[in-house]
Amino acid sequence: MKRLCLSFIAVLCFAGCTRVEPWVMPYEREALADPIMSTSRDPMLDRHRAHVFDVREGARGATVSQGGGCGCN
Amino acid sequence: MRLRLLLLPALLATVTLSAATLPEDRVEAMYHRYDGGGVTVDGPALFARRHITNTVSAAAEYYVDSISSASIDVVTSASPYSEQRTETNLGLDWLYGDTLMAASFTHSDESDYQSDTYGLSVAQDVFGGMTTISMGYAHGDDTVERVDTDFEDTVDRDNFVLGLTQIMTPTLLATADYEAVLEDGYLANPYRSARILGAQVPERYPRTRTSHALAFSGIKSWSKDTALRGRYRYFTDTWDIKAHTFELGISRYLGERWTADLSYRFYTQDGASFYSDDFDGEYNYMSRDKELSDFDSHALGGRLTWSMNNGLPLGLDRANLTLSYDYLRFDYDNFTDIRNGDLYEFSSQVFQLYFTSWY
Repeated sequence: MKRLCLSFIAVLCFAGCTRVEPWVMPYEREALADPIMSTSRDPMLDRHRAHVFDVREGARGATVSQGGGCGCN
Repeated sequence: MRLRLLLLPALLATVTLSAATLPEDRVEAMYHRYDGGGVTVDGPALFARRHITNTVSAAAEYYVDSISSASIDVVTSASPYSEQRTETNLGLDWLYGDTLMAASFTHSDESDYQSDTYGLSVAQDVFGGMTTISMGYAHGDDTVERVDTDFEDTVDRDNFVLGLTQIMTPTLLATADYEAVLEDGYLANPYRSARILGAQVPERYPRTRTSHALAFSGIKSWSKDTALRGRYRYFTDTWDIKAHTFELGISRYLGERWTADLSYRFYTQDGASFYSDDFDGEYNYMSRDKELSDFDSHALGGRLTWSMNNGLPLGLDRANLTLSYDYLRFDYDNFTDIRNGDLYEFSSQVFQLYFTSWY
């Protein structure tokens, strides 16, 4: 787990120092910014629905997107 | 506790971050009701978020589960019961450049289970806003009790979350999420029994559990008014549970004011190594928790949202009213209804009435 976290932090640091040209420009992201493209348009509904499954199944975790937005704001 | 109520969704909410902007000021209110398998759970939930400064936002949530249970576990080994769980969640978000940081505290209280969870998370936009990377950590301290005895024990929980959201094309968004959960303490249910050659004995669980969940999803803008979504999750843990979850959904605008959502979810699970419907002798670890057995479930859901964009009172900017319904079906492969000797199966329904407004 510790190794995975360190690798992730290294990728994060690397990303901050790297200049990558976006291949989808901000003005091309109109469709992505539409509310129906949201990973969770109604957060409370989605959390409750995930809770319903969590308490009745052996699996847990990674139930809603941690990444969130689309970088289109 | 008797329904194994977990905090994970609320905990995950602390790391549902979108970098580069603070979440919008918003209120949410919901009435929820679950009905099936002899169990009814309902109650209200309230949420409010407000900017304190240009870079700091505060949020608070209050949630209630009122439980009335005569489930298969209860009717075969105990008496039906009613209880209430309340959950309070406080959070702060801080925007610094392209980085969004969040801290949260959650307290959950019921008659035989108390839980405090502290969470921290950070999300960062990189590569010109094409990619959002996030990570989170939460620690939980739980106390487990039994209402009819002086039994008391503890559970320590640590959650590690990593997330990646990637713009693939002007109409396609992809995400990858990973979560590890490490638990140490009393992980059984003090009310439930295992069976040895038909005789009921107290369950015995390992005192540690480590799980890994990895999920991938995609959202595609199919046309100006339609979006398609798909999601897959793989789960494994040190109890030898392996599970696959598949989800498909479609969202569509119906005119200016209405939005409809349809979804289907399939879940399949191989049970824990120490689960048995009826043990042939005594073992170190023994469980007859149907959530740890082999089973499949299907869920079919629909939502209808009515949007209001003007003429709202109290200075509200815009608002949505949503009615949501899910039909769930569970089929167990090695959990017997001991009242009739058949493999157990049940269906249930989830209703949600939800109001949200931005201001």
